[in-house]
Amino acid sequence: MRDNTIKNATQKTIISVKNLHKSFGKLNVLRGVDIDINKGDVVAVIGPSGCGKSTFLRCLNLLETPTTGSILLDDTYIFKNERAYLKQQMKDLLALKKANAFDENAKEQYEQLKTRFDELKKEEKQIDKAAAKNINLHRQKIGMVFQQFNLFPHLTVMKNITLAPIKLKGVPKEIAEEKALQLLKKIGLEDKANAYPSTLSGGQKQRIAIVRALAMEPDVMLFDEPTSALDPEMVGEVLNVMTELANEGMTMVVVTHEMGFAKEVASRVIFIDEGVIKEENSPEEFFTNPKNERLKDFLSKVL
Amino acid sequence: MINWNYLWESFVNQMFRLGGYKTVLEGLQNTLIIALGGFVIGLLLGILLAVMQLLPDNKATSILKNASKLYVGLFRGTPLVVQLLVGWYVIKPILGITQASALLWGLVIFGLNSGAYMSEIIRGGILSVDKGQMEAGRSLGFNYAQTMLKIIMPQAIKNCLPSIGNELIAIIKETSVAGFVSVTDLQVAFKLQNTVYNPIICYLALAVVYIILVLIFTVLIKTMEKRLMKNER
Repeated sequence: MRDNTIKNATQKTIISVKNLHKSFGKLNVLRGVDIDINKGDVVAVIGPSGCGKSTFLRCLNLLETPTTGSILLDDTYIFKNERAYLKQQMKDLLALKKANAFDENAKEQYEQLKTRFDELKKEEKQIDKAAAKNINLHRQKIGMVFQQFNLFPHLTVMKNITLAPIKLKGVPKEIAEEKALQLLKKIGLEDKANAYPSTLSGGQKQRIAIVRALAMEPDVMLFDEPTSALDPEMVGEVLNVMTELANEGMTMVVVTHEMGFAKEVASRVIFIDEGVIKEENSPEEFFTNPKNERLKDFLSKVL
Repeated sequence: MINWNYLWESFVNQMFRLGGYKTVLEGLQNTLIIALGGFVIGLLLGILLAVMQLLPDNKATSILKNASKLYVGLFRGTPLVVQLLVGWYVIKPILGITQASALLWGLVIFGLNSGAYMSEIIRGGILSVDKGQMEAGRSLGFNYAQTMLKIIMPQAIKNCLPSIGNELIAIIKETSVAGFVSVTDLQVAFKLQNTVYNPIICYLALAVVYIILVLIFTVLIKTMEKRLMKNER
């Protein structure tokens, strides 16, 4: 169980997501996700496969560009597109014309929408511009760990970890390497510093992938099913590293099928189904007293 | 009956007593300059063209992508000899270039030609790199170009090293048409030794020299491949 004092002492919102939609062509994967992720939160995201939980996570650092909605990182918009809703409303009003029901009232409503739309468009264009310029800086604050590890096979473990801090943050090589060694020591892999990823086991690769993301000193870490590609015997070592990280107060969003981790380590658990958050609760309530029918069904299958 | 003894003696006489070897050495030098220079230009151009073609889809990049496709279509669609002739007899006078030597001109055209083939090789190499690598690079905060340069390209080049070696060897042999634009390459140099109606030994010797050249480069490429592949396993 997490120490609640950490959570209460620091309620600063790091990521704020509002009405997030994402569609791939005609397939609507996310249909309005709202969530605030506060400093120190460990949010476990669970749900049936294909429900959009990975897409949701990948939208947070804009690896996927959302369709509409907004994402605030540290009170700065990194994505905002709300004018699309107004556009839809305007279209609906114009449809009245065909039915000859476009009266004074509708016209006035339309004008108001139009003004609001133009304002919003101007604002959002500016946000787009700034976000495009700063996206790489934003991503430095958001660490990401992938299901398939994605270590760089042509670089040693040490270079995998130090590449980004040296090139992006201008950290001197010696200091970056010293820090990398410290981190490796913490996960018990300091002897692998000069090994190439192909010589490592899946669990070792994933732990190093976590360290690689940590080396950038991010404000929040995203985990996309970090243990799903691992042999069962290696799941534990990766979860241990994540648990330790959570106990140190790292803000984490974890898409996972490990219910044990969600129950023991997370401070909040959310259930995504059909592209929306169907239930959000503390782990105790979530697992012992689920309210949503789909969640009850889901839990009965996985627990 | 072919009098091999006579042919051999007259060839040796022509080569060494009459100084034919000097021309052959010059030919060898020119062949190597064109092949290696063209290879380097081709490799760099190939990387550029491949990257252009694989840029993310949007309005701004569509021009670059199409330009790259057009280039490859043009240079793969016409024979190398035709490119040399058009370059030498059409483009050069039109541009009003009088200074460039045949050697330099040949080198450039070989490079431009090789670039088209190389771009397809490298495009294949880039596509063979897992797309998770790009995502991992971007998620750390690298921009597209940085990720391409530091993460994707080293892996892509390594993946297509055998094909790149193939291309180098192809260029070495293709230089034998450089004579079309009055470059004294190996082929021309040996032809010039055919002074006493002795083509048999001249052309056999030419073939042997090409084989030796290609064998040397094959060994060099293999050594390099081994060194670069060492990391992988």
